[in-house]
Amino acid sequence: MSREEILNNIRRGVKRNTADETARQTVLNRLSAKADNLIPARAQLPQQEQVELFIEMANEAAAEIIELDSISEVPGASATWLRDRGIFELVTSSTAKVDTLDWSPLAEKDIQRSQRVARAGDFASLTDSFAGIAETGTLMLHSSPQSPTTLNFLPDNHLVILSRSAIVGVYEEAWKKIRAQFGATLPRTVNMITGPSRSADIEQRLQMGAHGPKTLVIFLIND
Amino acid sequence: MQINTPFFKQRASEALHDENLQKALGNLKAGFPEKRAIAVSRMPEFDDLRDQARDLKNHIIEHLDLYLEQFESKVTENGGHVHWARTSDDANKIILDICKQVNAKTVTKGKSMVSEETGLNDYLEKNGIQPVETDLGEYILQLREDHPSHIIAPAIHLNLEDVSEAFHKNHNRPKSDDPAVLMQEAREVLREKFVAADVGITGANFCVAETGSTIIITNEGNGDLTQTLPKTHIVITSIEKVVPTLEDMTLFQRLLARSATGQEFTVYNTLSSGPRREGDQDGPENFHVVLVDNGRSEMVGSEFQDMLRCIRCSACMNHCPVYGAVGGHSYGWVYPGPMGSVLTPKMIGIEKGGMLPNASTFCGKCESVCPVRIPLPKLMRHWRQDEFSKHLQPKAARYGLAGWAFLAKRPALYKTYTRMASWFMKRWAGKKGRIEKMPLAGGWTDWRDMPAPQGKTFMQAWKEQQKNGGSH
Repeated sequence: MSREEILNNIRRGVKRNTADETARQTVLNRLSAKADNLIPARAQLPQQEQVELFIEMANEAAAEIIELDSISEVPGASATWLRDRGIFELVTSSTAKVDTLDWSPLAEKDIQRSQRVARAGDFASLTDSFAGIAETGTLMLHSSPQSPTTLNFLPDNHLVILSRSAIVGVYEEAWKKIRAQFGATLPRTVNMITGPSRSADIEQRLQMGAHGPKTLVIFLIND
Repeated sequence: MQINTPFFKQRASEALHDENLQKALGNLKAGFPEKRAIAVSRMPEFDDLRDQARDLKNHIIEHLDLYLEQFESKVTENGGHVHWARTSDDANKIILDICKQVNAKTVTKGKSMVSEETGLNDYLEKNGIQPVETDLGEYILQLREDHPSHIIAPAIHLNLEDVSEAFHKNHNRPKSDDPAVLMQEAREVLREKFVAADVGITGANFCVAETGSTIIITNEGNGDLTQTLPKTHIVITSIEKVVPTLEDMTLFQRLLARSATGQEFTVYNTLSSGPRREGDQDGPENFHVVLVDNGRSEMVGSEFQDMLRCIRCSACMNHCPVYGAVGGHSYGWVYPGPMGSVLTPKMIGIEKGGMLPNASTFCGKCESVCPVRIPLPKLMRHWRQDEFSKHLQPKAARYGLAGWAFLAKRPALYKTYTRMASWFMKRWAGKKGRIEKMPLAGGWTDWRDMPAPQGKTFMQAWKEQQKNGGSH
């Protein structure tokens, strides 16, 4: 059996047998401690400055940031953004945060909203996000019945709601936040997204919009 | 993949005379090293992170069996399946079986070097299943029936014209020489493939034992579509990719993008933890992880153990003067550059791979940029010793080395010889002080003049300096 052969080879290599309690304990300790490794100083800042760093880094990664005073402004801002680009359809997630918004501004501009998984050919999607990570301007999203993962990857444009209060400094804080909400079992997928899709596979020349969204818009909500 | 490693010398020489390749390689030299340097300068803790990453990898390897068992049990708990593959054949068979179980006709693939290692595409094709590469670089190569020449920029050996030609031939569209148009073309063509595929195969950059997750780190988003749209997601990866916790994974995430492309962070870092959950509207219904060994478990406890720390960032080849001159295909198998020169002999045998650890000047640049501080020159030296002790080198090299060793072990003789040789070379060079041609030195003088030795030998100068008080 491959499994036993592989494991036995490793044990022979480290000169240890399966019954070695010390080694087992070392591993269990590390797994349960979930200790931080070195955390760079860059994002260890007061929250207000973390938000500024997030904006700076997300811009650098070519995300578009639109600051809004309240989440209730999202439908109107989406309508304007889509209309300016001649897009008349929006697929949204159906999380409570998105669902409770008044979406009438879309209809006023003849934009149709649907709530479903994304399909090839969709022009735009809108989802909310779990966290923003300041150190690299990274969004963290996760799958759920209300937030299908295809919304994050298939449409040409991805609009994302992010509350200022959901911005943390470093990745480690986001992991702690995930564990606090989901315990030991992660959602099926966790997506860390830093800017829109890109590729430099042709002559090392960077082109935006490879297979994922060509545009990433972040509605940053002042809350 | 066919092994062309024994023909390194010939292939390297052809590569040096290939104008198109040299032009393409120019893009590499101007790109990655400079971008990495900038990213590193923006992260003052970079070297400390490298130390921690080295130590953590060493800890993982010392406990690899235990972390793998933990990873397996968490994947199973999440509703996924873990398969263990001792060899490439085992891995390919496991994947074919899964494809057959779900009656797969077409398979989409995200970028995976382990699948190149096992020759998965050829195997699936022979068995009636059409794999479609979806990473832009890999897709271009598949159209051209070519192979990657770099582990993260697979089509780096090609120029725009090559891509334009390949797309024109295969896509039935007007020819374009605009990279943006070409990429849009690939986007449209592949979109249909993503949606139609029965199985999606991706690699993994890391496997997290704590949560039973695999992670892919990509810029294009093709890997995400590959693993989200089909009913079955198969991850093909190798045993040394396991890390203990999410925090531990993050240590490597901070190093990987900066070392590889010089980005602050790669666009998509995506964790997959099993099949879709109750109520989920998308995502795969089946989740499989194939853990490939292929000689890695035998490296544990051997003189090559340090190589298991490798996170496949490509910094070593991006900075290697040999790789930069001859390109990845000269190396003749899957893994090129310094990391390939250590790994390839392990995987295909030193008898076939012996040329590679010799294709280095030991300048040490690879080690100096390695995010997990692998002593690559030292490991290549181990292979040279192994090759020497197995009598695998050409006779000229063996006799040359033996002759040098004879002299080096006899200081008096060595001193006399070097004094005579430098006297002779000075005479031979004449007034110009440069040697244009000399017996046995054609390898040098065919290309440039050799400067004749100046003044005293090192030993003479040393002796005099010691006499005069030994100052520097």
